[in-house]
Amino acid sequence: MSQSIPALEFSKVSVVYGDKTSFEVRALDGINVKFPESSVTGIIGHTGSGKSTLAMLTNGLLKPTEGQVLLFGEDIWSKKHSMKEIRSRVGLVFQYPEYQLFDETVEADIAFGPKNIGLDPEEINKRVMTAADFCGLSEKELKRSPFELSGGQKRRAAIAGVLAMQPKVLVLDEPAAGLDPKGREEILGGLDEYRRAYGATLLLISHSMEDIAKYTDRILALKNGKVCLQGTLDEVFAKAELMFDAKLDVPQITKLFIELKKRSICASTDVYTVERAKQMVETVIREAKNA
Amino acid sequence: MLKDITFGQYYPGDSILHRADARIKIIILIEYMIIALAARSLLAVAVSVAFTVFLVVASKIKPGLLLKSVKPLIFVLIFTAAINLFFTAGEGDPVVHWNFINIYREGIVNALLMAVRLLSLVLGSSVLLSFTTTPLDLTDAIESLLSPLKKLKVPVHEFAMMMSIALKFIPTLIEETNKIISAQKARCADFDSGNIFRRVKALIPVLIPLFVSAVKRAEELADAMECRCYHGGEGRTRLKELKSRPGDYVFLLCATAITAGVILLNSITTQEVFDFCKTLFS
Ligand SMILES: Nc1ncnc2c1ncn2[C@@H]1O[C@H](COP(=O)(O)OP(=O)(O)O)[C@@H](O)[C@H]1O
Ligand SMILES: [Mg+2]
Repeated sequence: MSQSIPALEFSKVSVVYGDKTSFEVRALDGINVKFPESSVTGIIGHTGSGKSTLAMLTNGLLKPTEGQVLLFGEDIWSKKHSMKEIRSRVGLVFQYPEYQLFDETVEADIAFGPKNIGLDPEEINKRVMTAADFCGLSEKELKRSPFELSGGQKRRAAIAGVLAMQPKVLVLDEPAAGLDPKGREEILGGLDEYRRAYGATLLLISHSMEDIAKYTDRILALKNGKVCLQGTLDEVFAKAELMFDAKLDVPQITKLFIELKKRSICASTDVYTVERAKQMVETVIREAKNA
Repeated sequence: MLKDITFGQYYPGDSILHRADARIKIIILIEYMIIALAARSLLAVAVSVAFTVFLVVASKIKPGLLLKSVKPLIFVLIFTAAINLFFTAGEGDPVVHWNFINIYREGIVNALLMAVRLLSLVLGSSVLLSFTTTPLDLTDAIESLLSPLKKLKVPVHEFAMMMSIALKFIPTLIEETNKIISAQKARCADFDSGNIFRRVKALIPVLIPLFVSAVKRAEELADAMECRCYHGGEGRTRLKELKSRPGDYVFLLCATAITAGVILLNSITTQEVFDFCKTLFS
C-alpha cells in the first residue's frame, strides 16, 4: 500500500479569478500535492491564501485554470465520469454549511444528497441513519424542522447531509468554526469515526492548530496561493520556528517547547500533543537528575 | 452562473453628467421624455435627436456599452416599426402595393418616427440616469424631490430608505445565491437538465435557504438600526448632501427651453419651413 495511487492529487494546479479583466487574482499558483488514501490532511494558511479555492477544486465545482486534479489517478475533468459521480465520491462541506438546509425535516434534508445520486429508498434511509449517528443527531432531532435547531445542531445536520453520500474523500472547510469546545469535539470526533469506518481520506481546513494536531496526520500550509510547507505532523512541527516565520500559528504546547529550546532546556520542537509533552518533560527531568 | 448580473449599470466616470445633481437629472429626464414623445414635425424631431446626441457625447460613455444597453430592445424596435409600417392607413395611393400588403407614405414616416423615439428614450435615460448616477444618489434624489409629499403624510423617507437598503444588499444576495448553489451542487443537485418542471423544482433547495437568510438578515439589520437609535427621517442629517451648482441650473434652463422649443416647432409643418427657406433665399 505504500506506493499506491493517492486518493487525490493536484498536479501543477493554478486558479485565476476574473480572467482577462483588470481584476485578475491568482488564487492558487502551481500547486503540487498528493493526498494518500485514508490520510487526514490539515490545510492551514491565512485568510485569502486559497484554502477555500482548493476545496472547490476537489469536487469539480471550480475548474482549474491550469493543471489537473486527479481522483484515484483519473482527471476529474476528463469527462469519463459524470460530475454527479465525482461529487458523490468527493464530499465537500462548505464553511458555515448551515445555510444549505432547506427541507421540511432534518431527515429529509440529509436524504437530499443520496436521493440526487439515485439510490433506492431503503438504502437512502440506511445512509441517513448512519450519517445522523456519526454526527450525533438523535431520532427526535431527525423529525424536526432544520430551522428550529440550535446553531451546533444545524451544523451537524448539514455535515450529515454530505456524509450520507458516503464519500471516499471528504473535504471540510472549517467545519468547527464558531462552535464551543464541546461542539467542536463532537463534530471532529464524529468525522474521525466516519473516516475510520469507511477508510475515507480527509482534508480538513482549520485555523485551530490544536484541532490539526489532534485529528490530522499530515499538514499542508498555503501562503499566497503557493504551498509553503507540507509533510507529516512530525516533519512540519520539527520546523516549528519556520512556521512562525511564515506567520503561521502552532499549537500552544509547541510554542512552549520553542521557548524551552531557546533557553536550551529541551532540544526538539516537534511536540504537539500533551501526551508527548509529558514524555519530553519527564525525560528532561530524568536527565537533569542523572547529571 | 449569476456573476454577470449587475444591478443598475452605473459606470464610473467624470463627465458633466456624472457630476450633475441627480435631482436636476431626474427633472431633465422628465423633460427629455416629453421632448422625445412630443416631437412630431421634422424640425422638432431634428432638435430632439440633436439633444440626444449631445447627451450621449456629454456622458463620455463608451459607444460599445451603450450598444449593449440597446441590444435587448432591438426586437421591440423592429416589431413596433413593422406594425406602424404595415398597419398605418394613409390618404392617397400606397407607395408599395403587393397582394394584400399596402404601405403608405404615412406608414413609413410613422415607423421611422417610432424607431427614433424609442431609441432616443432608451439612450437618453441610460446616459442621463442609469449610466451616470449611482443607485444611492438616485434614491436620495427621489426622496428629496418627493419630500413635499411628506406634508400629506406620505412616508417618503421610509420608502427611500427601503429602496437604498434593497439596493445595498443586492451584491450580498447574489454572493449568497452563488454560495447556496455551490453547496447544493456539492450534494449532487442538478440544475441544468430535465424539463422545465424539473428545473423549477430543482430551484427549491436554493430559494428556501435564500429567503430564510434574507429574512434573518433583515431582522438583524432592523435590530442594529434600532440599537443605533434610528427612528425615521425626522431631523436626520446626511453624510452626503445633494448639492446643486449654478451649472446644474443652467443645464435645467437649457433643457426647459428646448422642451418649449420642440413643442412650438411641432406646430410648424415641413411645408412652412420650405416656404420660409424659399423666401429667405429668393
Ligand atoms: N469568486 C471569487 N472571485 C474573485 N476572487 C476570489 C473569489 N473567491 C476567492 N477569491 C480570491 O482568491 C483568493 C483566495 O481566496 P480563498 O480561497 O477564499 O482563501 P481562503 O479560503 O484561504 O481565505 C483571495 O484573494 C480572494 O480574494
Ligand atoms: Mg475560506
